Amino acid sequence: MHRPLEDTLGINLLAANQHRAEHNREHFDAWRLLCINVMSSPGAGKTSLLERTITALAPRLEMAVLEGDMTTQLDAQRLEAVGVPVVPITTGRACHLDASMVSGGLKLLQQRLDPAALDLLWVENVGNLVCPAEFEVGEHLKVALLSVTEGDDKPLKYPVMFREADCVLITKIDLLPYLPVQVERFVEHVQQVNPRARVFLLSASSGEGLGAWHQWLLEQVAERQLASDSGPEPTTNVQPFPALVSR
Amino acid sequence: MHEVDMTKCLLLSLNEWKAQHQPNEPEVSVVHLEVGTFTCVEPDALVFTFGAAVQGSWLAGSELRIETVPLRARCVRCESIYIPEQENAYRSPCCDHPMEEIVSGRELRIRSIDYVFSNQALPVLSP
Repeated sequence: MHRPLEDTLGINLLAANQHRAEHNREHFDAWRLLCINVMSSPGAGKTSLLERTITALAPRLEMAVLEGDMTTQLDAQRLEAVGVPVVPITTGRACHLDASMVSGGLKLLQQRLDPAALDLLWVENVGNLVCPAEFEVGEHLKVALLSVTEGDDKPLKYPVMFREADCVLITKIDLLPYLPVQVERFVEHVQQVNPRARVFLLSASSGEGLGAWHQWLLEQVAERQLASDSGPEPTTNVQPFPALVSR
Repeated sequence: MHEVDMTKCLLLSLNEWKAQHQPNEPEVSVVHLEVGTFTCVEPDALVFTFGAAVQGSWLAGSELRIETVPLRARCVRCESIYIPEQENAYRSPCCDHPMEEIVSGRELRIRSIDYVFSNQALPVLSP
């Protein structure tokens, strides 16, 4: 007789991705580097910001980029031009990077350099406010960009992305004089879905606000190196900083 | 269509679960999921992609049943549990406080599997 059975599992639907992400993170920790996953909608300014930030921090930090792009290598070429090693990861039709794609990118990166020499590894995700929020790649921090031309309602319309972010950058603030928007509304809406997020207002074009963001990055790299030195990862990922807005 | 990638992850987990039962072959009737409303998952799309993905596999004919878990948050000012609404910017209606602590709604979980053994191995008799 066939007896109906029921197994209670209670495991995460994305457990397979989660395991690979944790594996990537173990490598990052062994290499003593900080990995940041950069996410936003297409055109919010991820690549422009990375061009400016990498140029500014190059004298202080060793960096590399894993560049997610659906079909082209245009962004990777732009970042190569600022003198940093870039591994393009073309995702085909997938609208996000997952942990195994990043793991593949890491293998390619290792053929070019020793990752232990790096302080900061950027993962530039595919432009999309939905899917990347659910697929961890092993990053230590998630940074989400929101440009002022997108409208202040986006944190409320795509709350999961902004909830998951450790840091939110309100970008293109040099355009504020030409737009019928109030920048305070952007900040308010981010803080409503994520009161713990660190928020910076900046413009990669004019350079306004970049200083505070770069200072924060240097602090995060230093903290990560201390954490890697002091052994296994603590189980909490609660950010120790208060909800501050810098401009 | 990230539901396709989610289905791939789900099938990997189910394959692992099947391997644990070797040499028995579990025949699955229902896979029960819990999906929170504060996730990027559209349950109908997941059911559709699951139905397409399992065709011709050992899971053919099985059904994916999704229980939706509503978003609930705790107001950190007065401790009361509330259902955040987008129209109200997810703020608590009691104290008008931002959504700080999520109680439920982020679930993406394989809760349980209903199955039978189609080739139940005979119990091994000890000599």
